[in-house]
Amino acid sequence: MNETEHNLIELKGMTKTFPGVIANEDVDLALRPGEVHALLGENGAGKSTLVKMIYGILKPDTGQILFQGQPVIIDSPAHARELGIAMVFQHFSLFDSLSVVENISLGMDKDVPMDILAEEIREISDRYGLPLDPHRYVYTLSVGERQRIEIIRCLLQQPKLLVMDEPTSVLTPQEVQKLFVTLERLADEGMAILYISHKLDEIKALCHHATILRLGKKVAEVNVDEESTSTLAALMMGEDLAPIVKQDHGSFGQIRLQVEGLNQPAFDSTGISLDEIHLDVRAGEVVGIAGVAGNGQDELLRALNGEEKCRSHECIMIDGKHVGLLDPNARRKAGMASVPEKRLGHGAVPDMDLVDNAFMTAFHRMGLLARGLINYPKTRQFADKVIDEYSVKTPGSHVPAGSLSGGNLQKFIIGRELHQSPDILIVSQPTWGVDAGAAQTIRQALRELAANGAAVLVISQDLDELMEITDRIGAICGGRLSRFYPTSQMTIEKVGLLMAGVALEGDSQDAA
Amino acid sequence: MEILVPALLTIITAATPLLFAALGELITEKSGVLNLGVEGMMIMGAIIGFVTVHHSGSAFIAVIASMLAGGAMAGIFALLVLRFHASQVPTGLALTIFGIGLSALIGQSMIGIAYEGIPHISIPLLSSIPVLGELLFSHDLLVYFSLFMVFAVYYFLNKTRAGLILRAIGDSHDAAHAMGYSVIRVRLLATLFGGAMAGLGGAYLSLAYSPLWVEQMTAGRGWIALALVVFATWRTGRVLLGAYLFGGITILQLHAQALGIGVPSQVMSMLPYLATVVVLVLISRDLGKIKLNAPASLGKAFHASS
Repeated sequence: MNETEHNLIELKGMTKTFPGVIANEDVDLALRPGEVHALLGENGAGKSTLVKMIYGILKPDTGQILFQGQPVIIDSPAHARELGIAMVFQHFSLFDSLSVVENISLGMDKDVPMDILAEEIREISDRYGLPLDPHRYVYTLSVGERQRIEIIRCLLQQPKLLVMDEPTSVLTPQEVQKLFVTLERLADEGMAILYISHKLDEIKALCHHATILRLGKKVAEVNVDEESTSTLAALMMGEDLAPIVKQDHGSFGQIRLQVEGLNQPAFDSTGISLDEIHLDVRAGEVVGIAGVAGNGQDELLRALNGEEKCRSHECIMIDGKHVGLLDPNARRKAGMASVPEKRLGHGAVPDMDLVDNAFMTAFHRMGLLARGLINYPKTRQFADKVIDEYSVKTPGSHVPAGSLSGGNLQKFIIGRELHQSPDILIVSQPTWGVDAGAAQTIRQALRELAANGAAVLVISQDLDELMEITDRIGAICGGRLSRFYPTSQMTIEKVGLLMAGVALEGDSQDAA
Repeated sequence: MEILVPALLTIITAATPLLFAALGELITEKSGVLNLGVEGMMIMGAIIGFVTVHHSGSAFIAVIASMLAGGAMAGIFALLVLRFHASQVPTGLALTIFGIGLSALIGQSMIGIAYEGIPHISIPLLSSIPVLGELLFSHDLLVYFSLFMVFAVYYFLNKTRAGLILRAIGDSHDAAHAMGYSVIRVRLLATLFGGAMAGLGGAYLSLAYSPLWVEQMTAGRGWIALALVVFATWRTGRVLLGAYLFGGITILQLHAQALGIGVPSQVMSMLPYLATVVVLVLISRDLGKIKLNAPASLGKAFHASS
C-alpha cells in the first residue's frame, strides 16, 4: 500500500531551532482521514512547536509537509485554514470585549454577514451538542463555553484536519465526556484529529495512534490499543512514574486552617460571590476542592490568602488565631502560604527576575531581609535551590519570570512556597500545564508537606489529581461549597455531581 | 434669543476641533495605541494649515496639508512606538513638546497675519428658516464634515469587518496575531488616521475658529480631546456628546462674565478634566463596562514573538 496516498498530512524530517534550543529535530508524523492521533510529550518536548509549524505560525528550518500527497509550504494560519487545517489553542485566542459571533467572524477568512453567521453557529452547536448563544459577550462566559467557541469556529470551516492543544485541561469530567462524543463523531465523518495531551487515560480512551516526543525528538509511534498508560508514560518520560505515597488515615492532628461562615461579595459584575463557606483542614491532611472554572475558586483563594480582605476578623482562623482582616504578608507570617491559579500577575511578577520573585513571598520565613536591605546572595541561593530541586528549565535565576514557560514557572512558584515549609498551604491548580514527571514530583511534595504536619488545601479542576492526593474532597459550585467526603469513598462521577451543585444521595454521615 | 443663537453657534465652532481630534484618537486607542501627542499633532496641523493657506490661498489645499502634517507627526510616533518599541506614554509627551516647539519655529513669520476664514455655506432655503436655519444650515463645510466623520467612525467600528479587526487588535494583540492579523500594520494605519484627524482639528482652529496664527494657539485642546475619549468610554456617540459639552464649557467660560456668572474662568477651564475624572471613577465601579469598551491592550507594546 502506498502510504503517502492515504495520508491526509505527512510531516517529514521537521526541524526547528530557536537561539540556544533545538525545539524539534527530524520529527516525522502522518495522519489519515478519520484518525484520532495523539501527540504526546512532556512540557518542552516540542509539541507546541510542531503544531505551530503545521498551522503556519512558525516556519520549519528544514523538513517537508505533504498535504493530501502534495508538498506544501504553509506560510500563514490563513493558508493553513485554506488547506483545511483548523486549530483549537490551549490558551484561547479570544477577545473578551467582543461577542461570540464577532469572535468567530474574526477567525473566518471570508466576511460572512453577522446574522447569517449567528444562524450557522446555532446550527453547528445544535448538531454537535455544543450549546452556545452567539450574542453573548465572551467575558461573561465560562472556560468550557469559551472552548466551545473555538471548536465551533473550527467546525464552521469544515476542516479536514483538526488540531487540539490540551483541550480538556479546563473541563469537568462530564464536559470531557461530551467533548469526546463530539470528537468521535467528527472522526467518524472522516475528519482527522491531532490531539495534543499529556493525560494518558484520555489518550487511551480517544486516540488510535500516538506519536511520542521527548526533548524535541520523536521517540516512538505506537498503536494506542497495544499500550497501557504506564508504557505510554515510560515512553514519554524515558522512566517510570513512581506512585504517590499516601499516609494512613485517622492520624490527623489539630485543626490548622478553619473557615467559619465566610461571605464575600463578588469583586466585579462577572465575578462570583462566596456564600457561607465552612471549611477546616487539619495538620497532616490534604483537602481538595473540585469545581468547574469560574465557580468561585479565584474568589475563595483570594479571601483565604488575604488578597481580598474578609468582612470580619473571625471568619478565618490560622491555628486558632483570627486572621480575617490581615493582609497577605501578615498571613504569611502566621504560617500560611498560597499558590494562586494565575501565575503571571498573581503568582509572580512577569518583568522581575526569579531572584526578586523568590524574595517577594519568602523574605520573612527564609530571613532574606536584613535591616531593611535585601540579602541578595542569600536570596539568589534560595532561588537557585528552588530551580535545582524542582528542575525548573531556565538559563538561570537572573531571567524574568515572564520568559519561563507556564509549566516551568509553576514549578518555580510551587517550589518557592514548598521550600519555606509553611504550616498551611493553599494551592490552586498545582499542576496545570506541568509535565507528567514534574506534576508527580509536585504532588508527592504536597503529600510530604502534609506528612510533616502542615495543612494542605488543593483547589483543582483535575479530578484525577484530587482523587490521587487528597484525604477529603468536596466541590465548589456557584460560590457555595459542597459537603466534604473522605476521598476513599468517592468516585470521579460522584465528585462530578458535586461540581454540578447536586447533593449526593445517602450521604455518608461521617463527612465533615 | 439674541445671545443664545450666537452662543450656540460658537459652541459648534468650539466643539468641532475637539470632535476631529477625539474621533482620530478614538480610532488610535481602539487599536491599542495610546498617543498622548494629540496636542502636538494639532498645533502642527494648525500652523501648516495656516502657512499653506497664506501661500496658496486655497483652504482646501490647506486642510489637506494640515492632515498630512498631523499624519507625519503620527508617523514619527508610530515609527518609534511600533517599530522600535519605545514606551508610548513618554513618546507621546515628547511628540507634544516637539510639535509645540516646531510650530512656533515655522510660525515665526506668520504672527500678525490675518486670514478671512474659510467660507461658510448657506444651504439655500433651509438656511433661511428662522433660528434653526442659522443654527443648522449655515456653517462651513468642515462642521458638516466633522458630523459626517462621527457617523463614518461609528459605522466603521461597529459595522465593518475592518473595524472589528481593529477592535480585536485593541482587545488582545496576541490573540489577533495568532489568528494571522497584522497588528503592526493596523496600528500604524490607526495611528496615522488619528494624526490626520488631529491635524484637521488644528487646522480648524487656525482657519475657521480664530483665523490667524498665535503660538500655542491650541491651548490644551489636544489634552481635552484625549480626556474626551475616556469621558466617552470609547464610544463614538458619546464622543460627539462630550465634544459639544466640552465645547460648551469653553464658550461658557468666555461668556460667563458677560452673563454675570460669578465663577472664576479658571474653574470653568477645569471642568472638562474634572468631568473626565468623575466619569473614570464612575466607570471603574463596574469592571464589566470597562471590559466591554476600553481597549484591553491600550498602551501595551506588541512584540511579534513565537
